[in-house]
Amino acid sequence: MSIDVRHLGFDYGTTPVLKDLSFSLTPGRFHALLGPNGAGKSTLFGLLTRLLALQRGELLFEGQSMARFPAQAMRRIGVVFQQNALDLDLTVRQNLLYHAALHGLSRKQARNRGDRELERFGLLERANDPVRLLNGGHRRRVEIARALLHHPSLLLLDEATVGLDVASRKALNEHVRALCRDEDLTVLWATHLIEEVRRDDQVLILHQGQLLANGTGQAICDETGSRDLSETFHVLTGAG
Amino acid sequence: MKLSEYWHCFLGIQTREWLRFWQQRTRFASALVRPLLWLVVFAAGFRAVLGISIIPPYDTYITYETYIAPGLCGMIILFNSMQGALSMVYDRELGSMRVLLMSPLPRPFLLVTKLLAMGVVSVGQVYVFLLLALLVDVEPPLWGYVAVLPALVLTSLMLGALGLLIATWIKQLENFAGVMNFVIFPMFFMSSALYPLWRMQEASPWLYWVCQFNPFTHAVEAIRFALYLQWNGQAFGITAAVTVVLALLATAGFQPQRTRILGTRTG
Repeated sequence: MSIDVRHLGFDYGTTPVLKDLSFSLTPGRFHALLGPNGAGKSTLFGLLTRLLALQRGELLFEGQSMARFPAQAMRRIGVVFQQNALDLDLTVRQNLLYHAALHGLSRKQARNRGDRELERFGLLERANDPVRLLNGGHRRRVEIARALLHHPSLLLLDEATVGLDVASRKALNEHVRALCRDEDLTVLWATHLIEEVRRDDQVLILHQGQLLANGTGQAICDETGSRDLSETFHVLTGAG
Repeated sequence: MKLSEYWHCFLGIQTREWLRFWQQRTRFASALVRPLLWLVVFAAGFRAVLGISIIPPYDTYITYETYIAPGLCGMIILFNSMQGALSMVYDRELGSMRVLLMSPLPRPFLLVTKLLAMGVVSVGQVYVFLLLALLVDVEPPLWGYVAVLPALVLTSLMLGALGLLIATWIKQLENFAGVMNFVIFPMFFMSSALYPLWRMQEASPWLYWVCQFNPFTHAVEAIRFALYLQWNGQAFGITAAVTVVLALLATAGFQPQRTRILGTRTG
């Protein structure tokens, strides 16, 4: 799986939000998209998921234009949004079945895959509980399980740990890293929290719609002469 | 995309709509209270002052209850469609609309399927209402219950598409109440749901023309004629044409460039 972003630009009205963004995602790697609030991360996710229309530039999924062949791309992309996108009144399993149906999976396939994912996330015994009864961390896990149901090769997570306590944040981050490692999944993890990023990650630093750095955390630190990513982030964006 | 994938998606959307409906089943009862009140209380009062002459599709004098029953069927669908639109605005604010639009299947298919799913629920409610209406002697011919189905589905689609169009243009949930007042009540009262148009023409010629241009009038007439085993091509044709236009506008409105579903800009 490869994704190439070429000269991407986006404006809300007359306000430019993304400015001439170009980068590629390396297959099977964990990429951290790091940027303070308002950097343009959600807008970038909106474009990658076709919830926003392309204004300038090009998005290529396995060499094919996403604008021209959206269905092929959407089949291979799983998304976890910043805000909860589960139906709180439906059970965990009903939410998964609905998502699977939207991807054209039969009920039998959906049930098998759903149960497998829930088991992996330690949530199988909660399958018949309404989502409303789950805590924030479990809801996030259900969202990730749902995003994986149609076997995507790229997983996009937009501030997936917002609203979670430190332990749940850490556990979720570890879990996604394990998925990336064990299943050769390409991950784009958007965050504004440095502690969620490691030096050996592919790091993209976004600030005011511009890509300020792109490389491994270590390489970026070396380039900026900083001791760690936190200092690098501060030097580049002025944020802490 | 394979045909089976469309089918699974179709079933999934239908199932979700029924599950949501089941979760909010008190809505089912409350949606029936309103038309039943009109049928039992309002109609009893008006029966004395409003005589109905013999007009098609009826071949004899009818009670006022019999006259307004098709209009009340339309009312159930109208309120349900607007409720559906409200839930779409709600879905959009909560983010579950994104899940729908992230499907690899074409968006017009997804949205029309959603409209159909909402419509099926409405049609179910109309049939329960028609059964209850038997208690006040509203007794259409038996085959009328079958013949009215296409008109009910078409009306559901038309009003669902209108609801979707409204939902597309509403930024926030709070704006919805105002729109309801500007859509539901004028549509219902300025139609043939409660009084025949010839009565309206006598009272106010300009209002008569407004009623004539109101697509809800034609939807109600399509239901009325079908329920009494008669074909009203004009009413059916106008309702179908308006459905197509509204559905095209509504699905076009949900294309990404016009969509506001990202809502807040956070990152």
